Amino acid sequence: MRDTVLAANHLTVRFDVSASWLTRLFTRASRRTVHAVEDVSFEIDRGTTFALVGESGCGKSTIARTIAGIQRPTSGAVSFMDADIAGLRSRSAVLPYKRNLQMVFQDPYASLNPRWRVGRIVAEPIVTHRILAGRVAVEARVRELLVLVGLSPGDARKYPHQFSGGQRQRISIARAIASNPAFIVCDEPTSALDVSVQAQILNLMCDLQRRLGLTYLLISHNLAVVAHMADELGVMYLGRLVEQGDARQIIETPLHPYTRLLLHTVPDPESGARHRTPLAGEVPSPLDPPPGCGFHPRCPLANARCKAERPAPHKVAKVWVACHAVEEGRQSASPATDATQGEHA
Amino acid sequence: MSETPEGADAPDHPPAWWRGDFVHGFVRSPVAIVSATIVAMLLLLAIFAPFVAPYDVRDPAKANVVDARLPPRSTGMFGDQYSLGTDPQGRDMLSAMIYGLRTSLLVGLGAIGLAAACGIALGLASGYFGGTIDAVIMRAADVQSSFPAILIALLIDGITRTLMDRATHEALAVPILIAAIAASFWVQYARVVRGLVLVERGREYVLAARVTGVRTVSILFRHILPNVLGPVLVIATINLALAILTEATLSFLGVGIPPTQPSLGSLVRIGNEFLFSGDWWISLMPGGLLVVLSLGVNLFGDWLRDALNPRLAS
Amino acid sequence: MTTPLLQVENLRVEIATRHGDLVAIDDLSLSIGEGEVLGVVGESGAGKSITGNAILGLLERPARKTGGRILLEGRRIDDLDEEEMRRLRGRQIGAVFQDPLASLDPLMTIGYQLVQTITTHLDIPRDEARERAARLLAEVGIPAPRERLDSYPHELSGGMRQRIVLALAFCCEPRVVIADEPTTALDVSVQAQVIDLLKRMCRERGTAVMLVTHDMGVIAEAADRVAVMYAGRVVETGPTMDVLRAPLHPYSRGLMASIPSMRRAARDRARADLPMIPGAMPRLDALPRGCAFHPRCPVAIARCARERPPFVPAGSSGGACWLVADGASGEVPAHA
Repeated sequence: MRDTVLAANHLTVRFDVSASWLTRLFTRASRRTVHAVEDVSFEIDRGTTFALVGESGCGKSTIARTIAGIQRPTSGAVSFMDADIAGLRSRSAVLPYKRNLQMVFQDPYASLNPRWRVGRIVAEPIVTHRILAGRVAVEARVRELLVLVGLSPGDARKYPHQFSGGQRQRISIARAIASNPAFIVCDEPTSALDVSVQAQILNLMCDLQRRLGLTYLLISHNLAVVAHMADELGVMYLGRLVEQGDARQIIETPLHPYTRLLLHTVPDPESGARHRTPLAGEVPSPLDPPPGCGFHPRCPLANARCKAERPAPHKVAKVWVACHAVEEGRQSASPATDATQGEHA
Repeated sequence: MSETPEGADAPDHPPAWWRGDFVHGFVRSPVAIVSATIVAMLLLLAIFAPFVAPYDVRDPAKANVVDARLPPRSTGMFGDQYSLGTDPQGRDMLSAMIYGLRTSLLVGLGAIGLAAACGIALGLASGYFGGTIDAVIMRAADVQSSFPAILIALLIDGITRTLMDRATHEALAVPILIAAIAASFWVQYARVVRGLVLVERGREYVLAARVTGVRTVSILFRHILPNVLGPVLVIATINLALAILTEATLSFLGVGIPPTQPSLGSLVRIGNEFLFSGDWWISLMPGGLLVVLSLGVNLFGDWLRDALNPRLAS
Repeated sequence: MTTPLLQVENLRVEIATRHGDLVAIDDLSLSIGEGEVLGVVGESGAGKSITGNAILGLLERPARKTGGRILLEGRRIDDLDEEEMRRLRGRQIGAVFQDPLASLDPLMTIGYQLVQTITTHLDIPRDEARERAARLLAEVGIPAPRERLDSYPHELSGGMRQRIVLALAFCCEPRVVIADEPTTALDVSVQAQVIDLLKRMCRERGTAVMLVTHDMGVIAEAADRVAVMYAGRVVETGPTMDVLRAPLHPYSRGLMASIPSMRRAARDRARADLPMIPGAMPRLDALPRGCAFHPRCPVAIARCARERPPFVPAGSSGGACWLVADGASGEVPAHA
């Protein structure tokens, strides 16, 4: 019996980036839409970490924002604590849920108001949701939180610019756990940090998860970080989930050609100067997704069906994959042989 | 591209503000010190005018017409000392200039304050909400800014003159003038603030506040506003000189402060007629004071802009 | 032993602040041979970008060079005046920076920028320069190079822009190229392409490349030798594989251990904590006495807090650590 905390149901987010109607009137240009997220569904169980990976433009940040409530989806639902929070409109309706859902952002320099003292920043969720009454109680709690994330209580009086990137990220985390949330969306929390600091922050996040029973949605492009933290994983390409399921299994035996490409081309210090065959081409723009399977222009296994028909997800062991080649059994055992087999070398 | 190093713990006590970089830069800049001193002195003169000015020139009945147009350092018919001479109505120039300075600063600061308040509020709304609100405000700004400031002030002044009788208009002269000048200056604030808000509203600390569920009004005034005030301050300082000169110009044209109340601009106008008869002090001294005031404010504003510019700071 | 193409000897860079002079780079020495890629690795604040800027002569006030020499093909280049340095840059020394959008002028076409650079440094007519530019674009893998000459930077993707920046850096056949975080802003799948390109161009021309980055994976792929920097000094150098697999200096060891790796995550079933180096790199105004790393070092001895260890070569490698200098064994208890 799954204890699902949050579920995304057929989320679709499209942005209208057309020119103004006056311009379109004169140039007769058509409306342009960015298909940022298309029909994405997943479920996250209590106390686990679900990671979304992909390169820039794949839609993972958009999903993060939609779940956190700062982006309205074009269609679909976000089910959190048995309510569709994406459909709620008024502030009073959505406020009780916001108390339980927080977010940590990528940029440690922009995620803290430079004019506010640290204590006030961390106290904001407590004050907004009226969790504690009275300045003394709030300040005591703020000091507790700072110690919990590895800072000192006296830091509450300082300003963000007096701290380094890693310390600021700790402050962000303290703010995120201030209202005792059940769920935290982490948008690339360590991407802007140095390697040795990254390790510290990741350890902190795991520690807090164990202690406070937190559930994480982790967005990252760094597969090694994801491998370390995620229980379940979803791989995104051009706004769609191409593979999702048990993290360990996907990393050890990736099925989708794009997942294989990602894992194979990640520069890995342990493997050294292995000879990679970098795949040609780049991620196409989400303004004009190719027909059929979005990956077919770069896929070594693409055939005529891939160009015409979009693959539907099907289950393989503990993993869902959306790929015709996998379905048809055209995949080889190792990713390197795929390149020589296919039409696009 | 230099990155802040992952430093050791930040110092426990941030340096007191008087030891901070801003004050340090201030005491090292002769321009800043001189201009700030000048402006401060003039401000004090204006505030304490009733105690500093030798004569109270606000009441026209008190002036001695017999003593009209006396040169500087003269003594009047009844033994009054006029260190800077008198004007055609017999008012002491020094006192008239001090009170005129007071009026100028009152109108200048009042106009800028009002323009800033309105402009900032409209800019915040325009930048944060976008859409129709933004379109309406910005179009209003576009229309407004196609008229020269003087013209708008003249327009407002003309309208109020027709609507009110003379006595009321005279009594309300200063507030009307403030409103008229503010009406032409708010656009800059609105535009600058709007641009800054467009940048700030996408930054993560604002997003974090939205995720937490903070009210929109709180976000605008507690989060975003403090971060956009820097450039606004610089514009305000530079505009102050312009506002003061606008008031002087309007008074010179005869549509600003009524001639019964002292004003630097009207003094210049009055003195204009007598310039070629040799009574230079009536025009040139208030004119000189205006120049000193504007220059002081301008120089300080210039220095402030450079000091507050984060890019120029190392 | 041939003369290395680029030599930096005992470089010292200081930054003037109102509280006194801070030492940003202290007694730094390195050398790069022909066709060799030297990776310079370190975290933010270690001084790697400043080193690159010093070599290029792009140090801006309040930073300035206060000691040491920089030699290109045996000739000193650190004491040249601004005009001579300007001629050197682009012709003998090329540069690739992190953000391709900032490196390319958005108001000029790509062809114009390439031709401009070529004709400034090489004395060839414009149409021949244009031919060269087109051939260069083809070499870096831009499709339809002749048409692309008339495109503007914003019309191209990030990966293509970075390739063009590479083309710009190599267009005058420089002897040395300084690449400062060339792949950090790119997607993973594009990173691999750009790294390959850089390696190929450098090999074919015999250019010496100084690759500055904080990404160890990129170093593993691209660099022949690597220099690890900490708080303005080089703490270890050596062939890449040696430094990655068996680092000598405790900082390098801690760094390599704390990088999350997929292989390790797969092996490690219990999801143990990542090994990490506690604390943080010291700020320039709070450098510890003795060895700058000793407060965070798991194997520091008393001497480390008193005296700064000099850099000691050990064969083709070397490290700045008392334990290395004293010939202590490389076995160090794993931290964490």
